[in-house]
Amino acid sequence: MSSIKSIVDIPTVNKIARLARLEILEKNKQNLTNDLNNILEFVAQLNEVDTSNVEPLASVTGHKLPLRNDEVTDGNIGELVLQNAPETSSGFFVVPKVIE
Amino acid sequence: MSDFLKLDLLGASIALKNKEISSVELTNAYINAIEKTSSLGAYLDVQADYALEMANRSDKKIQQGTAGPLEGIPIGVKDMFCTKNIKTTASSKILENFYPTYESTVTQNLWNDGAVMLGKLSCDEFAMGSSNETAAKGNVINPWSKTNPMSPGGSSGGSAAAVAARSALAATGTDTGGSIRQPAAFCGITGLKPTYGRCSRWGIVAFSSSLDQAGPLTRTVSDAALMLNSMAGYDVKDSTSANISMPDLMTYLDNSIKGKKIGIPKEYTQDGISQDIMKFYESSINWLKDSGAEIVPVSLPHTKYALPVYYIIAPAEASSNLARYDGVRYGARNEAATLDEMYELTRGNGFGDEVKRRIMIGTYVLSSGYYDAYYLKAQKVRRLIKEDFENVFKNVDYLLTPSTPTTAFELGQKQDPLTMYLNDIFTVPASLAGVPGISIPVGLDSSGLPVGVQLIANSFDEPGLINVARTLEKCADFNLIPDGAAK
Repeated sequence: MSSIKSIVDIPTVNKIARLARLEILEKNKQNLTNDLNNILEFVAQLNEVDTSNVEPLASVTGHKLPLRNDEVTDGNIGELVLQNAPETSSGFFVVPKVIE
Repeated sequence: MSDFLKLDLLGASIALKNKEISSVELTNAYINAIEKTSSLGAYLDVQADYALEMANRSDKKIQQGTAGPLEGIPIGVKDMFCTKNIKTTASSKILENFYPTYESTVTQNLWNDGAVMLGKLSCDEFAMGSSNETAAKGNVINPWSKTNPMSPGGSSGGSAAAVAARSALAATGTDTGGSIRQPAAFCGITGLKPTYGRCSRWGIVAFSSSLDQAGPLTRTVSDAALMLNSMAGYDVKDSTSANISMPDLMTYLDNSIKGKKIGIPKEYTQDGISQDIMKFYESSINWLKDSGAEIVPVSLPHTKYALPVYYIIAPAEASSNLARYDGVRYGARNEAATLDEMYELTRGNGFGDEVKRRIMIGTYVLSSGYYDAYYLKAQKVRRLIKEDFENVFKNVDYLLTPSTPTTAFELGQKQDPLTMYLNDIFTVPASLAGVPGISIPVGLDSSGLPVGVQLIANSFDEPGLINVARTLEKCADFNLIPDGAAK
């Protein structure tokens, strides 16, 4: 287990914002950097806990993920699927051109 | 105050069934109350015509003798629940024009049982916050405010304020780390977070899927029992829904708690907790003892790590869940020349500061090189926290803790994100363990603001939880109405 020790700087904020596809205004970057560092410093206290023989817990339900038969349970609702889309055409979602 | 508003949910449902009042009369009283209390900002959307239509149908059903358990009861819905063809924004600008084409399972269960929908209630944006101040449409005011406007708590701040202000007979909420229990405590009402899996998450705007759980905010414990009776249930559309039936909670309300063991966790009385809250916490311990319960000091040694675990896991899951807001399939879009720019502008413009902060933290802790150190580490400590509860419930039946470290604070007072996060210090552990908790009001502090205490039970023991909460409620006998309530 590697220890939690990292400092976020503005280039890191740029990188994370890019991964999250999130525009961060230039004027907000320093404050956000400070906030992230404070939060990361706060959560670093987890380093005090010995977890060498502990399995990670992803779900508290205790039950196995249920399976169902692979059958169509709805369909023919194209109009409903598109109803809230910002832009559609001929039954499709429209996005900016992606082919160079 | 209008006589209609004096009735709690249980009282109103009896009066409706006895045909002493009609649902249209009751619903009209609440529509008036919404208008009179509109300056609190609890409602994002009022559905007066729709509510009266539903009330009319309910009155017919009552006449025909086909009334459901909540027939004709006007309630408010937190804006995290998708309501078919009724705008659902999660208090976010990015969803400001989202009209779901389906109904959430929990709200459908409520309508099936006869409830009447008054409208949609404000909350923190995507339920991320503890003060309702992150809502895109602005804060909600706690009806208990004195000179300066106070926060109703969050994220279910609109729900708690509406129930306290008598502008809804009850409301739905969602609780990820305390978002039902903390606002209930701040507003002097009852808030119940059920066991994870009790209520279907289907159709609820997702924040942190391993933690999100729906529950009721009500005036009394009996009202919470009635609401949860209808809200809960197995749902094939939610893979984490529990296929464990819940007995009728109303039949457990007035059982004796003689001989029940109540654990008092030593980790929940830390420095920084207000003296007034400690005083009422100690009274609550004595009330339960006087009611025949055995008081047992206990320890949940990993409690202090609950908040750090939460502020890794919840943002991680949020960053993944909120990836869906891409300006393509629904929600707002900012036009740009390339697809990536469109994503970035849409999300940068559509999300508020707190949501952005959590997406950034979540993306960071899940990113290559940090996943093991943060996310996996947090999941491991989460197991230890869950084991703390499993161990303690081998020896005691319930836990009694304060609900919050302080009573309601002034709007704008807590600017630093970390200071805000500390509000959830007593509610987050039960969320991480998936066990049910309820906050009930027990008195007023020296400033005249409500104090809540929290009871926690083992998984799926909502019947016992309701029983102990009802016992404590009778002892505390808190029946005060805030100055900001509808008259």
